[in-house]
Amino acid sequence: MAKKPLLEFTDKGIYCDKGKFYIDPWKPVDDAVITHAHADHAYWGHKHYLAHHLSKEVLLYRLGEIQLQTVEYGETVMKNGVAISLYPAGHVIGSAQIRVAYQGEVWVVSGDYKTEDDGVCTPFEPVKCHHFISECTFGMPVYQWKPQVQIFDEVNSWWRNNVNNGQATVIVGYSLGKAQRILQNLDLSIGNVYTHGVIENTNEALRRNGVILNPTERITPDNPKDEVRKGIIIAPPSSVGTPWMRKFQPYSFGYCSGWMAIRGAKRRRAADRGFVLSDHADWDGLISAIDATGCEKVYLTHGYTASFTRYLNEIGFDAHEVHTLYGDDEALESVPAEETEGRAGLEGVRAVS
Amino acid sequence: MKAFAQLFLSLDETNKTNEKVKVLKDYFNCVPDTDKMHMLALFTGRKPKRVINATQIRTWATEITNIPIWLFEESYHVVGDLAETMALLMPQNTDAASNKTLTDWIGELNSLSAKTEEERKLWLIESWAMLDTQERFVFNKLLTGSFRVGVSQSLVIKALADITNLDAPTLTHRIMGNWMPETYTYEQLIQEQGAADDISRPYPFFLAYPIQETSEKQKSADDLKSALGDAGEWQAEWKWDGIRAQLIKRDGKIFIWSRGEDLATEKFPELHPFLNALPDGTVLDGEILSFQNGLPMPFNVLQTRIGRKNLSKKILEESPVALIAYDCLEYAGEDIRTKTQSERRSILEQLQATTAIPEIFRISALIKFDSWDELATIREQSRAMVAEGIMLKRKSATYQVGRKRGDWWKWKIDPLSVDAVMIYAQKGHGRRADLYTDYTFAVWDGDKLVPFAKAYSGLTDAEINKVDYFVKRNTLEKFGPVRTVKPELVFEIGFEGINRSTRHKSGIALRFPRILRWRHDKPKEEADTLDNLKALLGD
Repeated sequence: MAKKPLLEFTDKGIYCDKGKFYIDPWKPVDDAVITHAHADHAYWGHKHYLAHHLSKEVLLYRLGEIQLQTVEYGETVMKNGVAISLYPAGHVIGSAQIRVAYQGEVWVVSGDYKTEDDGVCTPFEPVKCHHFISECTFGMPVYQWKPQVQIFDEVNSWWRNNVNNGQATVIVGYSLGKAQRILQNLDLSIGNVYTHGVIENTNEALRRNGVILNPTERITPDNPKDEVRKGIIIAPPSSVGTPWMRKFQPYSFGYCSGWMAIRGAKRRRAADRGFVLSDHADWDGLISAIDATGCEKVYLTHGYTASFTRYLNEIGFDAHEVHTLYGDDEALESVPAEETEGRAGLEGVRAVS
Repeated sequence: MKAFAQLFLSLDETNKTNEKVKVLKDYFNCVPDTDKMHMLALFTGRKPKRVINATQIRTWATEITNIPIWLFEESYHVVGDLAETMALLMPQNTDAASNKTLTDWIGELNSLSAKTEEERKLWLIESWAMLDTQERFVFNKLLTGSFRVGVSQSLVIKALADITNLDAPTLTHRIMGNWMPETYTYEQLIQEQGAADDISRPYPFFLAYPIQETSEKQKSADDLKSALGDAGEWQAEWKWDGIRAQLIKRDGKIFIWSRGEDLATEKFPELHPFLNALPDGTVLDGEILSFQNGLPMPFNVLQTRIGRKNLSKKILEESPVALIAYDCLEYAGEDIRTKTQSERRSILEQLQATTAIPEIFRISALIKFDSWDELATIREQSRAMVAEGIMLKRKSATYQVGRKRGDWWKWKIDPLSVDAVMIYAQKGHGRRADLYTDYTFAVWDGDKLVPFAKAYSGLTDAEINKVDYFVKRNTLEKFGPVRTVKPELVFEIGFEGINRSTRHKSGIALRFPRILRWRHDKPKEEADTLDNLKALLGD
C-alpha cells in the first residue's frame, strides 16, 4: 500500500492526518493552523487556532472570541509528533509559511507570499522542503512587478499634484496589508493621512500588537473638507463608488493592485490611476521562490493554476494543480464587494462559514 | 513616439471628459504638424497599412519573450489585447532612448513593404529594443493596426477646435473621407476656407437618437406626444435595415461611402448607372438593401455579399441591391444641409422623379399619419415591411453632424425574445479582459441543449462579475479559450430578426442577439425550445 502523504487536500482544507490538524481550513475543524489573517485563509468556527504573534490582534478583531495560540517565526510546536514551524511569507504583517515535518519528510504551505521586501512585514524567506504547496495568483508571464520605490514615487507625485489642483486624493487597497504598505511609504511632508473606518480598525489592531505605524486619522463627517483635500484618504475596495466616497468630490482615486498591470482590468475598475502594487509574487518571483525550496513536488492551490502548472512541468518541476477555496481576497476581487472585503466584519465571516 | 506613448498613458489615467480634452490639446501643442495628422488619422479609425502580418509579429515576439507558444496564447487571453500582451511579455527595458517621432516610425513602417522578410524581422527586433514598455505597446498597436483608444472622435475634434479656432462641424467634415496623413497637411486642415476640398469627401452622417433608451421601457403614443409635441410637425418613414450610405456625384465621378467611412463604390455596381446619370454636385443619403420582386430582403441576404472581394454573377443575381434614398445633402454643387427637412425632401423627390431607373433609385416613402396613436398602430406592421421600426424627422430640421438629440429619432420595434441557457463562456477583450463575458446560449431540442446564439452585451458590470464567478467554479471542460459551463443560468435573449441558416447547427441565425436580462427566477428546464424559436420564423 502506498504511504499516505503527510499533507492531503480535503474538502475542508489542507489536512495533516498524522498531526490531526488542518492548515487554512474553510470549514469548521478542531485544530487549525493559519497562514495569515485574510478572510479566505482565516475562517470563523474552528475550535483552536495557531498563528504568528503579529496576526493575533487582527484575528481577534476579525473573528471575535477564539481560542488562539501564537508563535514566533522559527519556533516549533509539536502536534502528535509532527513538528510545525512558521517562516515569514512577506505577504502581509504576520503572514507565515507553515513548515510541517515528520520523520525527516518536510512540507511547506506558502499561504500567500511575495518575494519583494516591502519594508513593512518580515521579508519572505525560502524554506527547504520536499513538498511545496504554493499559491500562483499572478502565475502568468505578463505579470512583472517594478520595484515598489518606483511605484511609490508615482503615488506621491500624483498626491502632490492633486493637492496643487485642489482635489482630494483617495487611494484604494486592501485593509490588511496593502493599506499599511501604502501608509508606510507615503511622503508625509505632503500632508496628513486619513483612513476609512475598516482600515483604521485594522491599524488599531496592529498597533495593539505593537506594530509601529505612521500616524493616521479616522475620517469622520466632522473633518473639514479643505483640510481633507490636502491629505490622502486610504480606503478599502468595497468603498469604491459608494456615497461615502462621493462626499470627497472633487477627488482623484487611485487603485493599488497587481491587476492594474493589465489595461483592461484597470479600465474596468474605472480608477483615475492604477498603481501596479501587489502583495503577491509576480511570475519571476513565483518561479524563483519555488526553485529556492529545492522541492521534489510542488502543488499549486490558487491563481492561474492550470497554465502555471503546465509551464512548471515543462521546465522540469514535478507540479500538480489542486483545488482549494483560497484566492477570494485579491485573485477574485472582481466578485461583489460584500463577498470579499465585507467578510472582514464578524457578520460576514459567519455568513460564509 | 515618447509623446504619443505618453498621450495613451495620460488618456488611460483619467475618466473625465474635460481632462481628456486637455490631454489631447497638450499633445497637439507639443508635437510637429506631421505627427498631428498621423495621430488624427489613427484616432479616427484610419488604420496604418499592415506591412508585417500578424502571425510573423507573434512568432518573432514569442522568440524574444522566451516562452512557449501556448503560454503566449494563454497570456493573450488574460490580457485581451495582442499589442499589450507582446509589450508586457518582453523583458523590461530601462534605458529606452529613441527620439524618433510618430511620423518617423510610420515612415519606416511603410518603407518595409519593399524589404525582405529577413530585413523586416531585423528592423522589428531592433525597434523593440529601442523602446520601453509603454512605447512598445503603442508601437505594437501601429503594427497590428488595431487602434481603439477609448476616446471618441468628437473629443479629438473638440480639442482640435479649441486649438485652431475652427468650429467642430467644419473640422468633422474636413476629416471625413479618404485622406492620407502623408499628403493631407495640417495647414490644409486648418485653413480658413476649405479650398483643398477633395471631391470624394463625404459629409458627416446625421444619426438618429433612440426614442426608447432601453428595450424594456416602451414608449406609448402619449409619451411621444409629450416628448415630441404635435404630430403634424414630423415626417415619418420606415426604418430600413440595410447599409447606411452616402452617394456622391461630383465632376463626373461617383463615390459610395458606408457609414463606417469605407469607400464602397465598387461593391455596388448596380447603383452606378443611376448615379452616373445624376447632375454633378449631388450628394444623397440613404440605405442600400437587397431587393427581390420589388421587396426588400432581410439583412442576412445582403450580409452574404458584403464580405466578398469579388462579386460573382451568382451573388449579383441572388442579392441584387437598390438604394432607398431619404435625404439630399448637396444639390447643384451647393451644400444644402442647412435647408429644412421638407425643403431637402422636395429636392430629393424632384431628383428621383427624373431617374430612368426608379427600381434602383428608390425613395423612402413617407408614412401618412394624423396622430401618434395612428402611427403607433402602423409601427406594428414594421416586421411585415421588413423594417426595424419607424424614423421620425422634424420637418424643420437641418441635417446635423453625428448623433444628436432633438430632430431625428428612431422608434424601433420591440425585439423578439426567448429564454435560453448559457452553455459556453469565453473571455472578453479590452476592458473585459480576463473576465468571462462572451457567452453561447442554447434552447431545448428534446432533452438536448442546442446552441443558437452568442451574445456579449446586455449585462451590468456587477452581473458580469457574478456570471464570471459562476463560470470559474462550474467549468465542465476547457477547449482552448472556451469553457463548457454547467447548464444552469437562464437569460432572456433579445434579437431583431430570425432567419433560416444552413451554417448553424440549430438551423437558424439571429440578427443582433443580446442579453435582455438574467432570469434568476427560471430553472433551466423552463427555458424555451427550438420549436418555440422556429415558430418565430414566420414562414
